[in-house]
Amino acid sequence: MGIRILTAQMHIEGIQQLDVYRRHGGYEAFRKVLNAMSPPAVLEEVKLSTLRGRGGAGFPTGMKWSFLAKNTGKPAYLICNADESEPGTFKDRYLMEKNPHLLLEGMMISAFALEAATAYIYIRGELFYVHQILERAIGEAYAAGLLGKNILGSGFSLDIHCHPGGGAYICGEETALIESLEGKRGNPRIKPPFPAVSGLWDCPTVVNNVETLAAVPWIIQNGGKAYAAIGVWKSTGTKLMSACGHIRKPGVYEVEMGLPVEEFIYSDEYCGGIRNGNQLKAVVAGGSSVPILPAALILKTAKGEARLITYESLSEGGFESGTMLGSGGFIVMDHTTCIVKNLWNFTRFYHHESCGQCSPCREGTGWMEKVLHRIETGHGKMEDIDLLSDVAKNIEGNTICPLGDAAAWPVRSTIRHFRQEFEDHVNQKRCPFSK
Amino acid sequence: MPLFKVSIDNITVEVEPGTTILNAARKIGGKIVPPAMCYYSKLKGSGGKCRTCLVKVVRTSASDPRPMPKLVASCSTLVQDGMIVENTISKEVLEARKHVVEFLLINHPLDCPVCDQAGECDLQNLSYEHGVSGSRYEEERRTFERIDIGDLIQLHMNRCILCYRCIYVADQLTDKRVHGILFRGDKAEIGTYIDQVIDNDFSGNVIDVCPVGALTDKTFRFKSRVWFTKPYDAHRECSKCKGKAVLWMSGKEILRVTARKDAYGEVEDFICNTCRFEKKDLDDWTLEGPRNIKHESVISQNLYELIKEPPREPPFKKK
Ligand SMILES: Cc1cc2nc3c(=O)[nH]c(=O)nc-3n(C[C@H](O)[C@H](O)[C@H](O)COP(=O)(O)O)c2cc1C
Ligand code: SF4
Ligand code: FES
Repeated sequence: MGIRILTAQMHIEGIQQLDVYRRHGGYEAFRKVLNAMSPPAVLEEVKLSTLRGRGGAGFPTGMKWSFLAKNTGKPAYLICNADESEPGTFKDRYLMEKNPHLLLEGMMISAFALEAATAYIYIRGELFYVHQILERAIGEAYAAGLLGKNILGSGFSLDIHCHPGGGAYICGEETALIESLEGKRGNPRIKPPFPAVSGLWDCPTVVNNVETLAAVPWIIQNGGKAYAAIGVWKSTGTKLMSACGHIRKPGVYEVEMGLPVEEFIYSDEYCGGIRNGNQLKAVVAGGSSVPILPAALILKTAKGEARLITYESLSEGGFESGTMLGSGGFIVMDHTTCIVKNLWNFTRFYHHESCGQCSPCREGTGWMEKVLHRIETGHGKMEDIDLLSDVAKNIEGNTICPLGDAAAWPVRSTIRHFRQEFEDHVNQKRCPFSK
Repeated sequence: MPLFKVSIDNITVEVEPGTTILNAARKIGGKIVPPAMCYYSKLKGSGGKCRTCLVKVVRTSASDPRPMPKLVASCSTLVQDGMIVENTISKEVLEARKHVVEFLLINHPLDCPVCDQAGECDLQNLSYEHGVSGSRYEEERRTFERIDIGDLIQLHMNRCILCYRCIYVADQLTDKRVHGILFRGDKAEIGTYIDQVIDNDFSGNVIDVCPVGALTDKTFRFKSRVWFTKPYDAHRECSKCKGKAVLWMSGKEILRVTARKDAYGEVEDFICNTCRFEKKDLDDWTLEGPRNIKHESVISQNLYELIKEPPREPPFKKK
């Protein structure tokens, strides 16, 4: 069993409560920061840890923080992105539900480092009960003097507000999130400017994922070097993987970066192997938007090396034969899965969630969905397969925000690796998997 | 501040820092100017959406010689000193643009024969220049009901390309905005809040900024094809706007009044609703002369001159 950073305390009865959290060492890191550290010193530790953003893109957190515009005469804001809506991803929900104070402590330390007096949690609207858990934890923190003015006599003041979204996946994109927080329609902004320069109310803003911020207390308590010592190369620390699909033990697992994918799927400590002793067919390793890989390529790279759970190993081979770690939403499919139907389902999601601002995504996602529906229901033509791939290619890279790419990658990768299955649908004029 | 040098399709131009690639290209002018369906220089926040203006930056700047990793929207990307941009000389750009046009057309009704905008439609011009003749789209097209936005403006959502220009007009020109985007993705539509009337002196400008026939002037509806009308520059004393307009005439009848548009289809000065909808009598206006529509359009084929009074000479000379 590897080291636990984010989930170490989750088995403790009542850990959602402030006093229990404190009894188990909670808020010690924040106290250490208030008593003995300066904002640049905190930033330095986070840089040393080489922690990378867990929201999907894997951007180095310390570097992101250091880009925050300084001396602008405007306040700086910290936003915690808790909109988690990507199919297959449910790790942030788990973390907030089980240990809300860990996130709050991470936000307090991060806000201190960024010299932000106000921080927001933008939480997915459907997670109403988690919102309540967070509100309760925030209330406790205010009552204990851990939030508010002049926290514990340190001179540092911080307010944290929790804001529920209205149920749009696109509001997880950081600039759409900011628009939504400002009370506007959740459309992604055109970048640049980036939030670090002009974010919430045109002020310098850092947006970080829940899991990213929750790793910060441990980094402060144990040092950035200790965090960087875990994992492999530029993938340090631990990662929450939300595993689902045709495995024996779906759930959220904390893994040390560098764990072999094969072990993750088959070990009883994690996914416990494929259900009913079935054959592994394909895996979407990092949430629905990353390229799908067939069994052979998810277990081993094209060069024959064992595939590891790291940013680098999963993307080994580029999009030809690799994928991405993304958000850690690990979707496993066995040999009974219709890959076309799965793709249709994903595409339907992106079509539904496109904000509609830019033409390639607005029009292309709907087009792909319709063609996929035809193929799946036995009305497809051979030319449709290349058409699909081409439409995806024309969306990719030509849009305002990465949702367009997220819609295109599954289509292109599924056709790349499972073309035969599309042809079978066309030839048999039906879905070969339907009974 | 020193000017920035930027090269677009091998033509160099010097522009102020803070200029977009598109505006630098417009400074050069001619064929190298990327088409723009959503950007509108007079509307803050416009641009970035339609993606027809995509270009390739092969060198970011003099100090950073790397290319930009993706095509960029020229309307919302600022030039840097020493930047090298490719538009019409880049196969990649032309190919991407062709597909943006394809995306814009798959749900468009292609009802030009019955559309009032035909002949002065940016989408018509764009597809003529950059599109392909056939369509690969075999699915059902998206449809909406027609909506009257008050008794002067009609919304034909089927034709809309969601450029957001009318939203910015409503936001920036009228004092109480009741006009916005409802819903999301390809279900998104232009809508007004509850009573579906934009009640404002400048609301008619949404018609002029619309690049397609989604917002049209109900007082002109089906009166004539634009190429059968004759546009004249004219002005009048107006307390609300500058009163500079174009009258679209048939004989002595004013069929329609619009603002004056430049070579890129942008209005020179927004006009008020009184000038647009209520002044349809020649006595209301001082005619200046025929309007030369530079935009590539069938209207330009309809060359004509302002009729001057002939010399008052009798038909037969006295012997
Ligand atoms: C369509 C879309 C949806 C996204 N949804 C989320 C989300 O739910 N949660 C999240 O943390 N990041 C999401 N992101 C990524 C954010 O834009 C941003 O990169 C991230 O919150 C940064 O945090 P990090 O640096 O800690 O990873 C999304 C991005 C896109 C394009
Ligand atoms: S890519 Fe899609 S979701 Fe993103 S801005 Fe464009 S239309 Fe909206
Ligand atoms: S004009 Fe630039 S994206 Fe529309």
